[in-house]
Amino acid sequence: MNACTRGVHGPGQMPSAPFQAETEAGRLVLRFRGTLDTAAATAGWEAAHRAARPGDPLTLDAAGVTQLDSGGAALLVSLARQAGAAEWREPTEAAPRGALERFRKAIPPEPPAPAPRPFRPLTMIGAATLDRLRAVAARMAFLGETVLASLRLIPRPWRLRWAEVMRHLDEAGTRAFPLCILLGTLIGVILAFQSSVPMRQFGAEIFIPQLVGISLTRELGPLLASIILAGRTGSAYAAELGTMRVNEEVDALKIMGLDPVAWLVVPRILASTLVMPALAMVMNVTGILGMMIVMATLGFPPVAVLNQLEQWLSLEDLAGGLGKAAIFGLAIGYIGCQAGLSAGRGPRAVGDAATAAVVGGIVALVVLDGLFAILFFRLGW
Amino acid sequence: MVETPPTPSQGAPAVLTAEGVAMRFGARTIFKDVTFEVRRGEVFVILGGSGCGKSTLLKLLIGLMPPSKGKIRVLEGDWTGLEGEARRALLRRIGVMWQSGALLGSLTLAENVMLPIEAHTKLPQAARALVASAKLGLVGLGDAQDRLPAEISGGMLKRAGIARAMALDPEILFLDEPSAGLDPITSAGLDALILSLARETGTTFVVVTHELQSILAIGDRCIMLDKEAQGMIAEGDPKRLRDESEHPTVRAFFRREVM
Repeated sequence: MNACTRGVHGPGQMPSAPFQAETEAGRLVLRFRGTLDTAAATAGWEAAHRAARPGDPLTLDAAGVTQLDSGGAALLVSLARQAGAAEWREPTEAAPRGALERFRKAIPPEPPAPAPRPFRPLTMIGAATLDRLRAVAARMAFLGETVLASLRLIPRPWRLRWAEVMRHLDEAGTRAFPLCILLGTLIGVILAFQSSVPMRQFGAEIFIPQLVGISLTRELGPLLASIILAGRTGSAYAAELGTMRVNEEVDALKIMGLDPVAWLVVPRILASTLVMPALAMVMNVTGILGMMIVMATLGFPPVAVLNQLEQWLSLEDLAGGLGKAAIFGLAIGYIGCQAGLSAGRGPRAVGDAATAAVVGGIVALVVLDGLFAILFFRLGW
Repeated sequence: MVETPPTPSQGAPAVLTAEGVAMRFGARTIFKDVTFEVRRGEVFVILGGSGCGKSTLLKLLIGLMPPSKGKIRVLEGDWTGLEGEARRALLRRIGVMWQSGALLGSLTLAENVMLPIEAHTKLPQAARALVASAKLGLVGLGDAQDRLPAEISGGMLKRAGIARAMALDPEILFLDEPSAGLDPITSAGLDALILSLARETGTTFVVVTHELQSILAIGDRCIMLDKEAQGMIAEGDPKRLRDESEHPTVRAFFRREVM
C-alpha cells in the first residue's frame, strides 16, 4: 500500500488512509510512511482511530515518514493518547523527527477533567441578589459623587470646562435637530391623520389641533425627544467614557489630581439637561406644523388651526412638558455616564456599556414619565 | 538555544521579492523605491525609527493594501488580482502576528489558535484541539489555553498571537513588533523561539521591529527604512551594518547615538 506518497493530497483527489496496520507478536503496529501532512491526517484520522482500540498495546511506526506537519503529528499523538501508552518508532529522517519531537514536547500533559460545578439554586439566588444590591449601591455612590462635584462647582463656576459643555451641547443638540425635525413632522402628520378618522364621525375635526397640540406639548414631544437623546447621546457618552476607562485615561485623570466626575461627567450631564428642552421644543413646533399640513388637506386653513390652539393650549402645558424634558435629559446623561465609567475591560465592555445606557435611559424615562403623570394629575395641571 | 549554525539563507531561493515598491497616502509619500528579497529559511528584519513606514510595508507584503507603485511577489504569488481560492491558498501558506496580538476577545486562546485551522483544513475537532494545544505549548502558554485574551498580560498576548500565526505551519511568518513592550527575559525568550523555529523548521521570518537587541540577536539580514530619506537607507547583515556602515542615521540607530 502506497497511499502515503506525495501524490495523495493532490487537489480534488480524495486521499486514502496513509497507514498500514499489521500485527507483530500480538501488538498492533500502525506503519506510516512518506508524507504525513494535514491532508493525509484528515483522511486517515477516523480509520486509524478505529484500527487502534483504546487500551490495546500499540506500536506507532513512523520510521518511514519523510514529511510531517502539525496535523500529522496531531494524528500520531492522538493515537498514542488513545492507546494509553504506545511504543514509538521515530522517523529516521531528521526533519520529521524534529517536528514530532517539538510537537510532543509542546503539548502539555492531559489536564484532569474539571470537577462539575455544583448546582445550588439558593446560593445562586443569593449571589444574584447581592450582585444587584452592590450594583444599586454603586449607582447611589456615583449619584452622590456627581451631586458633590456639581455642588463644588457652584462657588467656582470657572472650574467647569465650558468649552467641553459647548461641544456636548453641539453634539447632543444642534446635530440632533435634523432628526427631531423629521420625526416631529411625521409624528404630527400621523397623529392628525389617525385622529381625523374617529373625529370625523362626530363632525369634530376642528378639535384635532387641540388633541394633537396637547398630546405633543405635554407628552409626546418630550418623550420622543428623550428617546432620540438616549439613542444618540446616552450611548455615545457610555461608549466614549467606557473607551477612556479601558485606555486607562480615567485612572490617569485621577492621578493628575483631576476629578473624573467633575472633568468628564458634569459637562456631559449639564449639556444633556440643557439641550433637552430645545429638542422637545423642536419636536413640538414641527409636530404642530405637520398637523397643520394635514388640517389644510382636510379643508381647515392655518388661521383656524392657530385660533384653536390659542384657545386651548396654555403656557403651563408647554412649560410642564419642557421642564419634564430637562429632567429626562438629566437622567439620560447620568445613566450614560454611569454606564461608561463602570464599564469593564476589553472591547466587549464598551458595547455592553452602550447597550446598558440606551436600555437604562429609556426605562428610566418611561418610569419618570409615569411619576410625572401622577404628579401632574394630583396637582391638577 | 540552538548552537549558532551558519546563516542558512546563502544561495537559498527567494520566497518574497519587492521591486521598486512605493506607498503614498494622498500627497504624502511614505516610502519609495523599496527593493529587496527574502530568502527561504532566513530571519529578515525590517527596521527603522518610528513613523518610517515599517508597519505600512508589512501591510503591503501581506496583501492588505496594494502598493502605489512597484511589484511584490510572495511565494511566487502576486497579491494584486489574486482572488477567491487562489488568494486563500496563498493566505494558508503565510502567518501574521499583529502588534498587539489581535486575538478575538470572545474566544479562549485555544479557540483563537483553532480559528485558522478551522478555516483552512478539514481536520476533526480533536486534531484541531491537539494542534492548538501544541502551538500554545510551543510559545509557553500550555497552561493558559482556556483563558480569554482579556485575562492575560501583553507579553502573553503576543505569544498567543505567534501561536495563532503558526497554526497552519506557514512557510513565511510575518511578525509586527514581536518584542516591543516586553520585559527583557520574555523578549529574549521570544527571540530564541524565533531562531529555533527558523533553524529547525526552515520557516522564513519577516520581522518588523526597532528593538536593537532583538535585531542583532535574530536578524540574518535586514533593510532599514528612514523617514527623511523616504525609503531604504541600508541593507545587509545587521551586525556588519552596526560595525561598518558609514551612513549617519544607520550609525546613530545601531550605536544609540543622538543625532
